[in-house]
Amino acid sequence: MRDNGALSLRERLMLQLLVLAAVLAVALFVAVRTVAGSAAEETLDGVLGAATIAVADELRGGEEGVSVDLPHEAFSILGSISEDRIFYRIAVDGATITGYDDLPLPEAARSPAELSTPIFYTTQYRDTEVRVAVMQRVVLAGRLSTAVTVLVAQTRAGQAEIAARVANQAAGIGLGVFALAAVLSILTAGSVLRPINRLAEAVGRRGPSDLRSVDHPSPAELRPLVDALNGFIARLRAGLMRTETFIAEAAHHIRTPLATVRARAETALRKAETEEARETLRAVIRAVEESARSASQLLDHATVVYRSDRPERESVDLARLVAGLAQNFQPVAGLKDVEIHTEGVTAPVEVVGDRLLIEAALRNMLDNAVKYSSPDSEIALVLSRKGDEACVEVADRGRGLSGGAQPDLTRRFARGANVGDVVGSGLGLTIVEEVAAAHGGRFELAERKGGGTCALFWVPLG
Amino acid sequence: MRAVLGAIGLMLALATPISAFEIEEDTRFPAIGGSEHALLSVLSTTDTDVLRPVILAFQARNPGITLRYTVANSQQVYSAIADEGAVYDLMISSAMDLQMKIANDGLARPLHSSATDSLPEWARWQDLLFAFAQEPVVLIVALSALGGTSPPRTRRELTQLLRDHPENFAGRIGTYDPEKSGAGYLFVTQDARLSDTFWRLAEVMGGLDPKLYDSSAPMIADLKAGRLVLAYNVLGSYAAPRIAQAEGLAMVELEDHTLTLLRTALVPRSATAPELGALFLDFLLGAEGRSLIAREAGLPPIDAAALAAKPHLRPIRLDAGLLVYLDAMKRRAFLEEWQAALIQP
Repeated sequence: MRDNGALSLRERLMLQLLVLAAVLAVALFVAVRTVAGSAAEETLDGVLGAATIAVADELRGGEEGVSVDLPHEAFSILGSISEDRIFYRIAVDGATITGYDDLPLPEAARSPAELSTPIFYTTQYRDTEVRVAVMQRVVLAGRLSTAVTVLVAQTRAGQAEIAARVANQAAGIGLGVFALAAVLSILTAGSVLRPINRLAEAVGRRGPSDLRSVDHPSPAELRPLVDALNGFIARLRAGLMRTETFIAEAAHHIRTPLATVRARAETALRKAETEEARETLRAVIRAVEESARSASQLLDHATVVYRSDRPERESVDLARLVAGLAQNFQPVAGLKDVEIHTEGVTAPVEVVGDRLLIEAALRNMLDNAVKYSSPDSEIALVLSRKGDEACVEVADRGRGLSGGAQPDLTRRFARGANVGDVVGSGLGLTIVEEVAAAHGGRFELAERKGGGTCALFWVPLG
Repeated sequence: MRAVLGAIGLMLALATPISAFEIEEDTRFPAIGGSEHALLSVLSTTDTDVLRPVILAFQARNPGITLRYTVANSQQVYSAIADEGAVYDLMISSAMDLQMKIANDGLARPLHSSATDSLPEWARWQDLLFAFAQEPVVLIVALSALGGTSPPRTRRELTQLLRDHPENFAGRIGTYDPEKSGAGYLFVTQDARLSDTFWRLAEVMGGLDPKLYDSSAPMIADLKAGRLVLAYNVLGSYAAPRIAQAEGLAMVELEDHTLTLLRTALVPRSATAPELGALFLDFLLGAEGRSLIAREAGLPPIDAAALAAKPHLRPIRLDAGLLVYLDAMKRRAFLEEWQAALIQP
């Protein structure tokens, strides 16, 4: 995946979604905490302010000065809304009338207008942080307008507790959102990438010679890619076809004149008078023969390549095919005093396949055997059933493989190391192997016991 | 001469550093097992005899603890901790308002144990102040003064009774003097808060020349001797064993409301052995302590079910509202009003 240093699409998508989810979760945590924290403070401030107003409402003037009747309920409610300690102070010009006389007044001076409603501030008192509400009321004391300052203070253990609880819940919500988003991002990445994966699978599943166009359903975003791929496949197929057609045409056009040349040379041979001329003409005829064989192998190969894409599926009787081929090759073999023994061709052996292709393969095997057989030897042509496969074995007494590996010999235009003196195109075994593969069978080459080569062609029984 | 006197004064102060407040009883309970490992000092308003069985059971459970038990009145107990810097590991008081002020002013230590956490909400304040007994405040009346009727069940009936038979009650009604008794002040302020009929009752009692007492003992004594026929706002748990033998006295829990005092304990911040104080508090709140308090000390332990069975019982609310009545200005104003109602020329 990462061979070229790039993240896979899936990793990239999931990473981005997860980072997004994490950012959202943290933002949610911070937002919930901040909002809830300030809401808690506002609520507690509201109650503290109400208590302060309730105390201020009980301020009385009179001839003997300012007095206050502290309201029990205000303190009781203030104490019940959160588990906090309460302090208060009532002062005129900084002199305490009643309450905790060391409770600090606000640091900045406030105008009477501002102090008509409670103002809140946080300060240190008795080793702990307290929230103070302060306000002022003017009463007539001894016939003088007197500004009375009311302070009510509360520790904020309750708010800290609420904040801690909210923080825990917010963290829980954040984690929950993140977990949910993580699961969703995995699902999303999977669903977004599924069409790509399916397309890749569909293309990857194709055989090496499957050149049909891709018609797998794919999303609009992948259409250009699929279209480009199909265009490429079409060009490739057309190119291949052109090449094979060209080879077939070329072979055909070579074969016909060669036949003419051969006929003329044979005529000339019969009329030749000197032994020297006859020898020359025989050499000409042999060369023309080899050229014709090569041309016909090229033609065979082109046919195989063309047909193995869409091989015919018909019932083929291997027994008849093998017997026929043996008969056809008898005259050629006779020239070298090579005898062809056939076995197993009395009862029919049915396989399903392309008659033309199988025939081309077997012809090439037999052709090779005859070509490389030593003069005055025999070729065993054996047809047999082995399990659910039919096997055609062609065994000669030629020069053998001399250690050459089969894959090297079945490559196109590859030839063995010990055949320099024999004319050949190097296409024969390639054709055999390709036909075997097109029929779901296989092709094997082995040394024959007692010298020579043994070629085995396997096709599944029909 | 002055310098010499000053030196003597200083020596006295050094010799008795924690007896600046008035101590009524000071008892040392030596550790069981003989060897003294730890000292637990308790400052309390509850008489030594009342809690003695509980203390002995606590020591049996926890060998090696010597317990010093000091008794003083509620005001003295308060100022010992709040003003004089006396060092105690547990502070027990029936003066809820003063205990509340100690806790609110940050002089109590926060405590957490399974025993303190299982207390009902109304029987504790935050993690600082814990109640271990709930004691109804009752009316005691001599049946002879009723004129053949049954004892009054509400303040309204009591007021009516006093109006109908002033000759039976004149000069023979007793109650606390709220100016001198902390408990008396707490009771009348709560009465005034809870009921509108209280002031009418106070006016009627005021017309019958009531006797005012600083503490419970002489009031009970006068009741038993027949010098009183009615005592208003007496701690039932204190009075019950003392009038048990006396005939013709009825103890009444008024049904409009009967104040229920919570006897509370806290561990002062200045404690030198706070873990021992907390240990004793846990024992008081635990199963064994509760049954001993009920059986041996004669105090009703904290019991939500008992309260639910008697809906007229109103535990005095253990919250910051109690602070209000300790405000000097509020106290002066309240007492003025009370005197205007009760002390009539």
